[in-house]
Amino acid sequence: MNLSLEGRTYVIMGVANKRSIAWGIAQALDKAGARLIFTYARERSGANIKKLAETLENKNSLFYQCDVSSDEDIEKTFSAIKEEAGVIHGLAHCIAFAKTEELGGEFLDTTRDGFLLAHNISSYSLTAVSKAARPLMSEGGSIITLTYLGGERVVRNYNIMGAAKASLEASVRYLANDLGKDGIRVNAISAGPIKTVSAKGISDFNSVIKMIEEKSPLRRSVDQEEVGNTALFLMSDLSKGITGENIHVDSGFHIISI
Amino acid sequence: MAEDILARIQKIVAERLDVDEAAVKPEASFKEDLDADSLDVVELVMELEDEFDIEISDEDAEKIVTVGDVIDYIKSHQ
Repeated sequence: MNLSLEGRTYVIMGVANKRSIAWGIAQALDKAGARLIFTYARERSGANIKKLAETLENKNSLFYQCDVSSDEDIEKTFSAIKEEAGVIHGLAHCIAFAKTEELGGEFLDTTRDGFLLAHNISSYSLTAVSKAARPLMSEGGSIITLTYLGGERVVRNYNIMGAAKASLEASVRYLANDLGKDGIRVNAISAGPIKTVSAKGISDFNSVIKMIEEKSPLRRSVDQEEVGNTALFLMSDLSKGITGENIHVDSGFHIISI
Repeated sequence: MAEDILARIQKIVAERLDVDEAAVKPEASFKEDLDADSLDVVELVMELEDEFDIEISDEDAEKIVTVGDVIDYIKSHQ
């Protein structure tokens, strides 16, 4: 048993640019020999990914535009993937969205629209894509998603995304139970703050990084490569006995209290 | 110096937003003239932070509307 993903195919949803955690995951899986299939929401992200994918070792990547708020789009994407690639062995869900103006100030000011939008894109989409991916994972598989400490505790300004991540983490447990009988594992990675487009949308993000550098057990922040390597472990057979778990890749910050 | 800053900004903005460098004029508004959405603006701010080795605070980033605003900001913070 080893970390090689030779001969396996993985879907990566949500690379926006070179800073994306999803791109760190893509690079780690690529080095292990995996074939990658990318899905993206925005045209411009598509252009970015195609350029980035030229730097991968495996040149057989596929690309699909997929709006996860549309069931029709999800169905279309996964039937196209089935057509082109046949079997897939894993899926990395790296998708979240909330209104910028609701990622600051008081949680109390969250609107009904903003609440539903954040949960729709950031949480429900995992269930929707898992359901669409299940028939393609006929050899078993591994699904991972990205979450953050703000789903377990109060993190200033994280607000509506905290509620959406809590919902996402609960979904991981229920999906793990449903899909376990098909040999499909479902886990979350709770990454420490990394300077990505998503993180920059949160008010006062730069000060959060500084706090991690001072207070986390490792006294530093983590990077995309470290999250990518944990994703590789979760996608490989080395983690075969792990499902429904939330692994913190955060320099240990989640254990710290006062 | 100002010329040089403009040229560096033009290159980054043109590549990021897929527009001609010539369209990245000081008076051009990112959202109105260069068709940038809120995520594009965040990406741009991050690229500019890297390129010019500066940190643009959230409050300052909100005030940036035109290419000229970026030039002024960089001149006063370098």
